[in-house]
Amino acid sequence: MTAETQLAQFDSLPLDCGETLAPVTAAYQTYGELNRERSNAVLIQHAFSGDAHAAGISRETGKPGWWDNMIGPHKAFDTSRYFVICSNILGGCQGTTGPGSINPATGKPFGGAFPVVTVRDMVRLQKKLIDSLGIRRLLSLAGGSMGGMQALQWAVDYPEAVVSAIPIATAYRHSAQQIAFNEVGRMAVMSDPDWKGGDYYDSAPPGRGLSVARMIGHITYMSDDSMREKFGRRQRPKEELGNGFAGDFEVENYLRYRGGEFVNRFDANSYLYITKAMDNFDLTSGYGSLAAALARSQARFLVISFSSDWLYPSYQSLEIVRALRGHNLDVAYCEIPSHYGHDAFLLEAGEQTELVKHFLANTFKKAA
Amino acid sequence: MTLTATPEQALAARRLGRTDFTILSGLVEPRSKVLDLGCGDGELLAWLAENKQAVARGVEISPASVQRCIAQGLSVYQGDIDKGLADYPDRCFDFVILSQTLQQTHRPLHVLREMLRVGERIIVTFPNFSHWTMRLSMLLTGRAPKTKLFPHEWHDSPNIHFLTVEDFENLATAEGWIVERRVFLRGDRVIRALPNLLAETAIYLVRRS
Repeated sequence: MTAETQLAQFDSLPLDCGETLAPVTAAYQTYGELNRERSNAVLIQHAFSGDAHAAGISRETGKPGWWDNMIGPHKAFDTSRYFVICSNILGGCQGTTGPGSINPATGKPFGGAFPVVTVRDMVRLQKKLIDSLGIRRLLSLAGGSMGGMQALQWAVDYPEAVVSAIPIATAYRHSAQQIAFNEVGRMAVMSDPDWKGGDYYDSAPPGRGLSVARMIGHITYMSDDSMREKFGRRQRPKEELGNGFAGDFEVENYLRYRGGEFVNRFDANSYLYITKAMDNFDLTSGYGSLAAALARSQARFLVISFSSDWLYPSYQSLEIVRALRGHNLDVAYCEIPSHYGHDAFLLEAGEQTELVKHFLANTFKKAA
Repeated sequence: MTLTATPEQALAARRLGRTDFTILSGLVEPRSKVLDLGCGDGELLAWLAENKQAVARGVEISPASVQRCIAQGLSVYQGDIDKGLADYPDRCFDFVILSQTLQQTHRPLHVLREMLRVGERIIVTFPNFSHWTMRLSMLLTGRAPKTKLFPHEWHDSPNIHFLTVEDFENLATAEGWIVERRVFLRGDRVIRALPNLLAETAIYLVRRS
């Protein structure tokens, strides 16, 4: 299955902050076929650093999508039955309008002049995209981490357009600990002299800061167990202990490698804007309480968490589940045993497939 | 008032392999909203959803079982029965079922009261601890009874609150519950006489006064 990123242009997008982006572009990919009733569309929402290339082999890069183990013919999101869409989020740097896009007012990249965007804004752009594809109701929405936040926001903001939602390893708002990790990442970026207030597009990007931010991120995505298993205390043979900061431990090298690699594919300003959008995300805002927000939804829910995920612990999924149960909404919940930490939603394909595949099939049957 | 198994229930019994399911399926009215506590792999819920068009929900503590339930399309919540009902609004189910699990809960009375809060009616089934084989086993061996019904060693038994038919009747009276139906089973046969001595399994359909 090859995949190609497409672009959809919209005249304007009003934002929560009061400003309007005009024009605005959404980069997206689709897999499978929309049926005649247009009732088999599933929107996949990517996490913080993801992109529209969720599945298949990219025609541009030759690489598999970030959730290729879950999306495809006869996989969890079975593209022989469903029409699957994934779009890059607003504020991102993989084709959708973001801080690296050209500001029509100046003819230069927005940089630090890019307006503050929210998860609700991201969802508003996705709604435009879905409308433009001629889809009135989504059979399902699914995403892990920040993708789950978007799924929840959709279910609350456009209840009539959502038949079911699958929020995975997510929260209805960030805890102090989650904000704290994001803030350390942002400070790493902003303290890099190359950041220059965000206006670095005609010079070297703040790669040192961004790679440190990513290193911290990777620590939070793993668990103590998974790191012990993956790296332990293994290290390269040492000639001497002289200059001991060369990165002898495997875990050090891994983090440096992932940090450096991230700089090549991700924009530092997008890092700032998106992490801020995650921290600002609060499903209760405008509704008073989580229960009141979720009461608007009529969707079926499948909520999934992972036992070793300490970045988005199960209690945060349970908060969502409890609020849904308080309104007696149709909700299934499972904490999948895993030692992969937060990364589990990308790695535990087998267990998730069993849950998602049948949940979707059942939802499709009920909705028909 | 007791019930006899209809052919439909007998078929269910063969399919399900658990006699009490046949009786339970006879007690649940079609198109009811049903919550099954400790629903295991979801056999009963799946059966009720298919054959009674029930809106079937469940609570189960084992992640593997929850996964099997969800894989069958059942809306099951992974959680602990002892505290799992607090989030539900009052009277949001027609039936709340607790099948062969009451004796495994930490706070049985709390669980029963919560069931009666969220459900219009509750169906409780439990193994009768005063069955004559239990009495005899204890009398003859002087040890914690081990029988077909209670096959576990005392130290690895999931059963922590043993109760009898008489115990449940007394509790229902003390709490002012109305027992709408009671069914007693020996093996897969309904019995009517001396249930506290002869029943292996007791099934109660109860509602608030």
